[in-house]
Order: sequence, then structure tokens, then C-alpha cells
Amino acid sequence: MAGWLIIALALALAPLALGSGRWVEFLELTLFVAVLGQGWNVLGGYGGQYSFGNAVFFGTGAYVQALLQYRFGISPWISLWFAIAGTAAVGAAIGWLSFRYGLRGSYFALITLAFAEAFHVLARSFPSITEGGRGVQLALNQDPDRALATFQFNFAGSFLAENGFYYTILAVFLASAFATWRMERTRFGAQLIAVRENEDAAQALGIDAFRVKLGAISISAAITAAAGVYYVQKYLFIEPGIAFGTSKSVEALFAPIIGGLGTVVGPLLGSFFIHGVGEAAKATIGQALGDRPGVDLILFGTILILVLAFLPRGLAGLWAALWRRLTGGDGNA
Amino acid sequence: MLEVRGLSRSFGGLKAVDDVTLSVPRGQIVSLIGPNGAGKTTLFALISGFLKPDSGRVSFEGRDITGHKPHAICRAGIVRTFQVVQPFAGLSVHENIAVGAHTRLRDRDEALERAREVAHRVGMGAMLDRPASALTIAGRKRLELARALATDPRLLLLDEVMAGLNATEIGELVEVIRAIRDEGVTIFLIEHVMQAVMRLSDYTHVLNHGAMIASGTPREVTSAPHVIEAYLGHGAAARLAELEAGHA
Amino acid sequence: MEFFGLTLPSYGWETVLGSAVSGVFLGAIYALVALGLTLIYGVLHIINFAHGALLMLGMYGVFFLWKLAGIDPYLAMLIVVPGGFALGYLLQRFVIGKASHGRDEIILLVTLGLSIVIENGALFFFSATERSVLVPYDLDGIDLGVTYAVWPEIAALAGSLAITGALWLFMMRTDTGRAIRAVARERRGAQLVGINVDHIFAVTFGLGTAIVAAAASLLAPTYPVHPQIGNLFVLIAFTVVVLGGMGSFVGALVGGFLIGITEQLGRLYMGESLGVITVSVIFILVLLLRPTGLFGQRSGQG
Repeated sequence: MAGWLIIALALALAPLALGSGRWVEFLELTLFVAVLGQGWNVLGGYGGQYSFGNAVFFGTGAYVQALLQYRFGISPWISLWFAIAGTAAVGAAIGWLSFRYGLRGSYFALITLAFAEAFHVLARSFPSITEGGRGVQLALNQDPDRALATFQFNFAGSFLAENGFYYTILAVFLASAFATWRMERTRFGAQLIAVRENEDAAQALGIDAFRVKLGAISISAAITAAAGVYYVQKYLFIEPGIAFGTSKSVEALFAPIIGGLGTVVGPLLGSFFIHGVGEAAKATIGQALGDRPGVDLILFGTILILVLAFLPRGLAGLWAALWRRLTGGDGNA
Repeated sequence: MLEVRGLSRSFGGLKAVDDVTLSVPRGQIVSLIGPNGAGKTTLFALISGFLKPDSGRVSFEGRDITGHKPHAICRAGIVRTFQVVQPFAGLSVHENIAVGAHTRLRDRDEALERAREVAHRVGMGAMLDRPASALTIAGRKRLELARALATDPRLLLLDEVMAGLNATEIGELVEVIRAIRDEGVTIFLIEHVMQAVMRLSDYTHVLNHGAMIASGTPREVTSAPHVIEAYLGHGAAARLAELEAGHA
Repeated sequence: MEFFGLTLPSYGWETVLGSAVSGVFLGAIYALVALGLTLIYGVLHIINFAHGALLMLGMYGVFFLWKLAGIDPYLAMLIVVPGGFALGYLLQRFVIGKASHGRDEIILLVTLGLSIVIENGALFFFSATERSVLVPYDLDGIDLGVTYAVWPEIAALAGSLAITGALWLFMMRTDTGRAIRAVARERRGAQLVGINVDHIFAVTFGLGTAIVAAAASLLAPTYPVHPQIGNLFVLIAFTVVVLGGMGSFVGALVGGFLIGITEQLGRLYMGESLGVITVSVIFILVLLLRPTGLFGQRSGQG
């Protein structure tokens, strides 16, 4: 808990200490991916259900947030609740279908991928609702007095204009981390972990595995949708590829697997690590070879494989083992 | 307390459980014995909801529970252990038992406290913080029992909890099971270790090829000729009798 | 025509049949891509996410052989197929087999990691530019009445039938094929009679990759290659495999044709954009309602 207060405080003060600009942008991206990762972690890390299509939740959240403003002029502060609750409902529906029919392991991964693809096609195919492939562009608010009301910080005065969305995603991340931390300490959390470890044994002990997984996928969807809300408010734009393409699904699973599955800190640790490495690689290798794209993702993929091979509990597990050794614990973690 | 009426289940052409009728009275220790492949574990799976019967009924405390889901049956008060132990390997002993305790207790602290009590009851008090994956076979069997006990069952189905244990460990576990019964939990157990069956059970059912072939006190059934034949093969009872006659 | 309250366009039978026939040609390609995937699944029980990336790599191989050495894309098969086998063998033996600890979700993630590395490797080295193999005969073909089939389409259809047949013969008639089938059916038993299971796994992965390299060669004249081309095929290939039944060769072939025809008819009736949703919908429905597919066995080679 003390560790988390330090992390929260450090992240809150970062824009003041680092000044705005590149480093804050880096942290903002790290936090955004950490939120996607936390969403994935609830279902994948704690529940053992590996989704390959979490973009479906990011995209649904983003589109609901964008379309309620775009089509009906609803305030972003109201639409965001619809975005989060609506996506949780979509998560429950997908979970209901998948888990009712007993899909586990690779089959669950495949069906989530298929749902993301189906939503991708739907978003492209009904321009009268979604504006199709062109995407939804929200109107820019230029009135500084309405910055807060429109949830747009571009003209809100220099500090807020530069750091408003950093604090938005920081708040979302801390909320998601706190929710996960709380979940670990409830009956629901204990039952979810039990289902991950051994579904048969869990059922024998009175756990309704179906309902527990349904709860987890809804929470996962809600957290991921919040990242979608942030994205839309920051960029005022969403289109089918960004919303439902595979890249968001992949980013969502990188961070927790590398950072440490089923730990509260894993997604943040993993996101920080890969983006740190990514930035370093772009600055060195990428620069040396003429700023070509792809370097960071080559490294991410390689790190993912190495972590899967050698660090099944991710960086958090490595850290715990090192800490135990340093403090003279028994060391066989 | 538990009534099983005409329960059957087949896999392909094979009748794994064939028209089984039995009852387990409250407060007793009843055992289920039989040669390997007799259908004992299948019968447990049918009672606990992991398999659905083709025909027949199971009722518990007067309520029909046939074909109910495993978690619902557990909540009704019947809990099973697994022949092949199924610990939550990534969790500690304490956390494992707490999962069971959560069946009746929502609050995390209460569940952890209850898990601690149960651990002491089955002699695992000193191992609470051990990872489940680091336990010996005897430890895992005890953990399986502790986790089941933590759900506050009224009927405990134990599937070969003695298998793989040495004589001392069996002796200890027999005492633990007796103590559980004395606290009011009815026990129905599958067991191969005859020494334990003889010492523990008030009543014994014998299953062979999916069908009940004998019921009675442990002494009665183990001296019945057709039970001996089921275990040792055709003609064994006659040979045993001859042997004994020869000695006399 | 009415369909769930939507008014669908109504077409003459020639148009519909023409769409179906071009669906057959498209389906042949899907079947071939799916064939390697289903072989690997049937034996290793691996869902190989990197399959699309390997297809893309094969297409770059064909492209550069044509561009730099002037080798005809079909002739290039003689080089890319053995190359694909070697690459697949090494990947399974030294990367996937080692990193996955035998758990199927982990295998899926490892192959996902591989696909990301391969895809972005291609992006890094070859850039995102689309590159096309130009053959002099790409617009010639046969008039089938309801539609016009170009030679590359006909070659893809013939090639996928021939390769499926050849693979079937290989599995039935050769010692290696028998060993692969033994491992697919009974892993532990095969080990006991002295079959080197790790080697057979790698050979199977190699064969799967060799088949997708052949597919690359047949695709090159009709599809321009770019680093993301694999993604276009990978979800479809999964659908074909699941629909046909994981591990079934006949299933891959029939599934390929069914998906090809469905997709073309879907496009005809629902438009270019929404038409492709038929693939995702079939995928979801089959996973939910009949995960063993049309010809599925538990582990099989039908």
C-alpha cells in the first residue's frame, strides 16, 4: 500500500518535475497502455481467460463516447457512463455466449478475436450510424470557459492544455488499479483466482464458475472502455481500425504478461518497461538506421517470447524473487 | 440424509453405474468399496453434480438434487474431494482453504480466520503459508480435506483420501475423520485401504461392475463370499474356505 | 428479396452463379492456407498465430526471387517450399517448443509474439510499400460463361487440390507420414516405440510452413505483398480450420470452398464492406455450436 502511495504521488508530480513535453507524453502513453493492460489482467491474469480481442471493449467504449456526443450532443461527462456501462454489458454478452458454451483456452482466445473482427466490420459498414471507414470526428471546442464542460483541454490554459489528459489517464489508471487491488481482497477475487487455478475444484467448493467469469469479463470490459473514453476525448476522433483493429488487443496483453500476470502492479510495470525499451530502441537503432518503423514492435514481440519462456511470473515475479534474496528470505521462489 | 434411487449412467456401451440404490444416514461414516473400475468415482461424480445421470434420483435431506450443478450441490451442503488431488497450485495453503470458507462467508477476513481454524483441525496449522505446490502427497490429501471442510458441509464425500499414505499418516487421518464425524458431519467415503475402512465405517456398500453387490457392516460384507470373489476372482471364496478348512 | 427486414438486391442466376464460381477460386486459396494450419493443429494441438506472418514471408521470398533473379513465381516454389520447411522446423524446435512449457494458451501467445516479430521485421526491412509480382499471363484465362477465370486463379485451384492430395499420400504412404499420424493419435505411445516426438513435431511444423510457402507462391501473381498481408488471411484460415474440423484435411478443403463461396455471395448481397462479416459470424457460430467442425475428430487426419 505504501508502495502505491509513492507511485501515485510520483506520477501526480511528474509533470511538475519533468516539465511538460516528451517525458510526460511518454508517461501518458505508458499509463494508457497500463489501463488497457489492467482491463486484460482482470480477466486474463486473475481469471486465466486469455482474450485476443480486448479491442472490442476499447472500440465499443470509444464509439459510444464519440457517437453520443456526435449524434445527440450529449455531454461527455454523461456519455462516459453510458460508454463504460454499455461496454460492460457487451462484455457480459460475449462472456455469456462464450462461457455458456464452455469455451476455454485457445477457443476462448479465438472467439474474442472473432468478435473484435465482427465489430470492426460493423463499424465500417453502417456509415449512417458510425460514419463508416472515415471515422467520427468530434467538434473542437475553442472556448476556454467550456474546457471542463466539453472535457477538452486544448484551449484551457497552458498547464491544463498540456497536462489535462495526462491527469485524466492517471486518474483512470489509479481507479483501475485500486479496483483490482480491492478485488484481490474480496470473495469474488478469491473465487476468480480459484477458477483460474482449477475450475473443477472451484466448482466442487461451491463456486459458480460461469458467474464468476461473467463478472470478470464485465469488469475487464468496463476498464478497457474507460481507456476508449480517454482516447476519444484526447484525439476527438475514432475510426474502425484504431477502435477494433488487432493492435489494441495485442497491446492490452503485452503489458500484464511482461509485467506479471495476476498482480496489481504488473500492467504498469510491463507497460513502463516495454515503452522504455521502445523509446530507447527508437532513439538508438531506429535513429542509426534512418528512423524506420517496426523496431519497437520487433523488440516487444521478442521480449514477450523471452518472458513467456523464462519469467512465467513476469517482471513482478522477478522483482519479488530478487527482493527475497536481498532481504535474506529462503530464496526459492 | 442422502438417498440414491436407481441411479444409472453409461459411457458408450459401458454401464459405469447400474441401477444403484443406497442411503447414507445422518451422523454415520459410510464407506463405498469395490475393485478398480467398479464405478465408485463415477457414482460420486453423479451425486456431486459433475456428471448427469441417465436415470435415477438423488435426494439430500429430503430435497431432490438430481442433475443440479456442482456449485449448487456444494451450497446445499454436500462437498466432494477428488481422488486425484486438485490443489490451487499457485496459492498458499491458507488461501486454498479460504476459497472453501468463502462458500459460506462473504467477508475476506472472516474466511481467512475460518480457514485458520480448519487448518488447525486437520493438523495443518503450521503449514498455512506454504505454497500448495510444495506439499507432500500426505499434505495435499489433508489440504483437499481441509478445503472441503471449510465449506461447512453436512455431508462429506471423500474419494480415496488415504491412498498413497503410510501407516502412521493413515492412523492420523483416521482420527481426523472420526473427529469430523463427532462434530456432526456425515461422511461417505470411497476407500481402498481396508484397514481404514474397517476402523472407520459404521456401514459399507460394495460396488462391482457398476452395481451394488452387498451392504452391511464392514465385517459382514468382507466375509461375504460373493464380495471376496469380486475382489479376487471367480472361485476365490471357495479356495479361501478350503484353505481355512485345511488349517482347522 | 427480404432478409430479416432488409431488402436485399435481387440478381439473375448468372450473377449469383458467377459469384459462387469466383468463390470457389477464392476458397481454393483459403483452403491451401488453412491446410498447413490444420496439419499443425492436428498433430501438435497448436493454434499457430504466426501462420499468416509466415505466408507473408513466403510471398516476399517469391517476390524477391522474381524481382532480383527473374524467377517465375510458380518456379519459385522449388526454393520457397524447402526454405519454408527449414524455417518451420527450426522455429518449432528452438523457439515455440522451448518457450511454451506445453500449455496451449502459452503456445498461442508465443506464436502471437513470433507473428509480431516477423511482421514488423518485414516492415523494418521491406517497408510498408505494396509490391506486386507481374506475370505476363495474369489477365489471360478461360471464359466460363458466368464468370471469367484468369490463369493464376486456375493455377491456385489446381495447386491446392494437388497439394492436398500430395499431403494425404505423404501421410498415408511414407514412414514419416505414419510416424506423424502415430504421434497425432497417441503421443506417449509413439514415444514408447522409439519415435522422437520433438523431431516429429518440428517436421510437422516444417511441413505446415512448407505448405503455406507453396500457397504464397500461388498467391503472389494475384495479391500484392505487404507486411500486413498475412492478417488478411489468418482469421479466415482459422475460420476454415474450425469449420472443417481442427486437424482434418478434407475439412480444410471443403471449409475453404464453403467460406470462399459464402464470402463472395455475402459481398454480392450485403456489399463489399459488410459482406466479409459472414466469415466472422460463421467463425463465432461454429465455435459456439459445433467446435468439432464438419469433419472434426478429437485428433485427426481425415
